[in-house]
Amino acid sequence: MDTLSKLLPSLLQGLEVTVWITLASTLIGAVLSFAAGIAKISRSRALRLLAGLYIEVFRGTSLLVQLFWLYYALPVIGLRLSPEVAGVAGLSLNIGAYGAEVVRGAILAVDPGQYEAATALNFTPRQTLWRVLLPQAVVEMMPTFGNLAIQNLKDSALVSLISLVDLTFKADQLRNLTLKTVPILGLTLVLYFVLALAIAAGMRFLERRLALAAGRGEAR
Amino acid sequence: MLFGLHWNLSSNWAFAASIVPILLHGLVVTVEATVLGFLLALTLGLLLALLRTVPLKIIAWPVAFVIEFVRDTPLLVQLYFLYFVLPDFGITMPAFLTGTIALGVQYSAYTSEVYRAGLEAVPRGQWEAARALNLTTLRTYRDVIVPQAIPRIVPAMANYLISIMKDTPILSAVTVMEMLNVAKIIGDRTFRYMIPLTIVGILFLIFTLLSSMAVRYLESRLPRQGIPLK
Repeated sequence: MDTLSKLLPSLLQGLEVTVWITLASTLIGAVLSFAAGIAKISRSRALRLLAGLYIEVFRGTSLLVQLFWLYYALPVIGLRLSPEVAGVAGLSLNIGAYGAEVVRGAILAVDPGQYEAATALNFTPRQTLWRVLLPQAVVEMMPTFGNLAIQNLKDSALVSLISLVDLTFKADQLRNLTLKTVPILGLTLVLYFVLALAIAAGMRFLERRLALAAGRGEAR
Repeated sequence: MLFGLHWNLSSNWAFAASIVPILLHGLVVTVEATVLGFLLALTLGLLLALLRTVPLKIIAWPVAFVIEFVRDTPLLVQLYFLYFVLPDFGITMPAFLTGTIALGVQYSAYTSEVYRAGLEAVPRGQWEAARALNLTTLRTYRDVIVPQAIPRIVPAMANYLISIMKDTPILSAVTVMEMLNVAKIIGDRTFRYMIPLTIVGILFLIFTLLSSMAVRYLESRLPRQGIPLK
């Protein structure tokens, strides 16, 4: 118990960084998901190609390779990113590419009758997308987005390898200092697990609210 | 110099060409870790899936908790845990082996779900028919259920194989000389990170694009009605 009370404050500092890195990259990743997912089904060939290239490159290479590339390779061409910027950028770009496929799939899965009805009512493509397709698709995306958010939390541990002082970095530092391996790494795993449970609960709440807003869910 | 191979710094292209053979040394380790980790994930995952269906709650619940815990915590921290904690208990092994085990354990949590979903997707009527025909449990599994579950399980497993390969660079954190680590070391020694890291990215991209094409082909070729085990 004594060791626990000494270790916890230091780990909690790292936890704070992990939380904000995860939040920031999940939010930016969500924006990227919508941008790339919608671009992938746009009528413009150039946009489709660009989005396709982005999705394939970031899904097809390893996240750690992307982080190293942003952190070690970019300074060579004069672009020096801090660990925070490189970490958030890498995580966002990576999770955004996975999310884009979810967005695309969910929009394409909306009942074609909805699309036809919008056309019959003379909606512009923009109105069809924003007022008919997206509100229904978003509800379908939420469970997968929840999984991706947890995936992103787990992936955020990799930023410790580009010297960003997150929970994993703190844990490794403490382990080096105190050699109390089992309590430190065990506690770290538990903290990640609790965070993941919190994200899962938060996403389920959001999912219910969105379903209600879309007139889908049953009132509770 | 690395693995007895020299690099050529005279121009960017010469440098790129000279480090490809060195990186291929790392690729071999990447592939070995991927294959071994995948085999472990397949075996351990099956074990977990079976344990989870045991009617005894005292066994099934803890197993379900372990699966959830492993799935929700980062591979990197699990890897550190194995790498630094096991020696405390007198178990020392090469970093490569620890890394492979970490990959296998993390992905067994995913593969166990694939097995479960694959078996559950077989229509109930098939179980009932096997029962009505008075087949033994063994024959029900061997001749009815598993053959129909295989076409659902194989593509999902193949996708996890690709994911495992993309996670192998994490093993560089415990000094395993896989492809990314080799690229990083070349960068550290030559102060040229861009070229080796880009080549590693391209090699990964080539591999994943080819293998996702292979998965799609496999998916289209697997007979929906099942594969007989005889």
